Amino acid sequence: MYENKRYHSVRLDKDLCKGCTNCLTHCPTAAIRVRGGRAHILDNLCIDCGECIRICDYHAKVAFTDTMDSIKAYKYAIALPAPSLYGQFRDLPRPEYVLEALKKIGFDDVFEVARGADIVTRAIREKMKDPKLPKPLISSACPTVVRLIQVRFPELIENIVDIRQPMEVAASVARAEFCKKKGCDPSDVGCFFITPCPAKMTAIRSPIGQKMSALDGAISMMEIYGLIVPYVNEMLGDTHYKLSTGYGVAWSTSNGEANAVCPDNSLSVDGINNVIRVLEEVENNKLSDLLFLEGNACIGGCVGGPLTFENSYVAKNTIRKMVRNMPPTHPDEAVTGATLNKYPMKNDLPFEPNPSEKLDENMVEALRKMNRMNEIIKRLPGYDCGSCGSPTCETFAEDIVRGYCTEMDCVHLLRERLKVMAEDMVELAQSRRE
Amino acid sequence: MEELFRISYPVAAADYVNAGKASTDIKRRLKQLGVGGDVLRRVAVASYEVELNLVIHSMGGELTLTVFPDEAQLVSADVGPGIPDVDMAMREGFSTANDEARSLGFGAGMGLPNMKRNADDFSITSELGKGTTISMSFKLAQ
Repeated sequence: MYENKRYHSVRLDKDLCKGCTNCLTHCPTAAIRVRGGRAHILDNLCIDCGECIRICDYHAKVAFTDTMDSIKAYKYAIALPAPSLYGQFRDLPRPEYVLEALKKIGFDDVFEVARGADIVTRAIREKMKDPKLPKPLISSACPTVVRLIQVRFPELIENIVDIRQPMEVAASVARAEFCKKKGCDPSDVGCFFITPCPAKMTAIRSPIGQKMSALDGAISMMEIYGLIVPYVNEMLGDTHYKLSTGYGVAWSTSNGEANAVCPDNSLSVDGINNVIRVLEEVENNKLSDLLFLEGNACIGGCVGGPLTFENSYVAKNTIRKMVRNMPPTHPDEAVTGATLNKYPMKNDLPFEPNPSEKLDENMVEALRKMNRMNEIIKRLPGYDCGSCGSPTCETFAEDIVRGYCTEMDCVHLLRERLKVMAEDMVELAQSRRE
Repeated sequence: MEELFRISYPVAAADYVNAGKASTDIKRRLKQLGVGGDVLRRVAVASYEVELNLVIHSMGGELTLTVFPDEAQLVSADVGPGIPDVDMAMREGFSTANDEARSLGFGAGMGLPNMKRNADDFSITSELGKGTTISMSFKLAQ
């Protein structure tokens, strides 16, 4: 059960885990169990959202990312900052300050992922000219939302747009342009995403929709923040960066993508539990008049990622002000048709369903288990206390029929049983005396 | 045919707070049984519509899911008020939803037609003053 088959950035530090129920009851996909005094993350259910990282008071949940040292493995290293990085610096007037600072800490070049977002915006808009697309088309930008759909809403997989994520497109362009400029081999270049979340790290190591990621690693925004802070306020030299549009930068905040891609008939949802509620509605066919749905696992969008430093509302405001001062050019004008043809835009693999709810491969057996689950639930107290190590009484019943635990793992049932046993013993003792 | 599983959900009239909970649970249970794809999508739509119909139009009733080896059956039975003209009610765009329901975005007159479209088998009987029973079945892929 606890064998990890898939790659996950979100992991547990066994030594720090106290075995409490904080993460257990906050996991949106019920992917955590506490067994033997510590938490276990269930490989098939974890969607790398990072909610457990936020909630754990003991810092036992960690996001594994690459370190700054890993860039040394390459002759040249390119930094690809997510636009949410700009939101970490209050009143940052222009992106160049951050881009220059990244070069000062050791990167040979920088390429804004916001430029990738510009290209993806145009690619999706071209795609949406096809009137036969499923409605609503669901954004593939947040890997946690894509994994959520694979696990909990496999019926909606065909609604996910099959265009690559901005970081992937940005990395393809960055590598090609850099190699052309330097005349070097693509394998000499390491492309590193500066990530606001563990989900992007997972998406690089274990890509969905692609055989291989165009990126070589991801470095936590938190780590980069500390390193570049001293340089961000320095005067700019004579810099000539090709910058993204304001639309691309705004992808880092909720509604940024929807506003760029389909301003007239789209919906933007942020926060993983809100996304779940809206996907339920899509499944009930209640949102079929909508053309585009943007879902962000984090509140506020990527600026709310678990690996960001600044408060997400403050970061969102910083981004808003920065975008307001940028020219109003739309990606439709900024991105050429030639760019769309030159670089890979579409996924090369389909999104696979990964349904996790099935109780058994055989339906008759699954029904038997479901009936047994219902019988068990009737005996349970319904407190959802988590003392048994499962997040709710219902999940506990499911864990029993799946064979992962027994009814006596419930402290309330155990107490009942002990009471009966104690009464039996008293009775037994008294019968002997006579 | 052998009945494998059955669960009933009481649905109260005008209970918009809990509206949709029964169909969400039905969906989840079918997923646990391994029902997916097109069938799950159709059950999801039909069960939501029929549950909402109970909330909006009935004086309360019950929604029952029964699973057989080769099909899932949804039966909605309410205690009134009954539909005066079933043929009229089945027409697309015809609705008698009240202002409260309309203010919440319901009342497009697509509920019954949507159920009929999504179910493999659909039947409705109604008696004024007594109530309405809707039965739908969905063939399960083997």
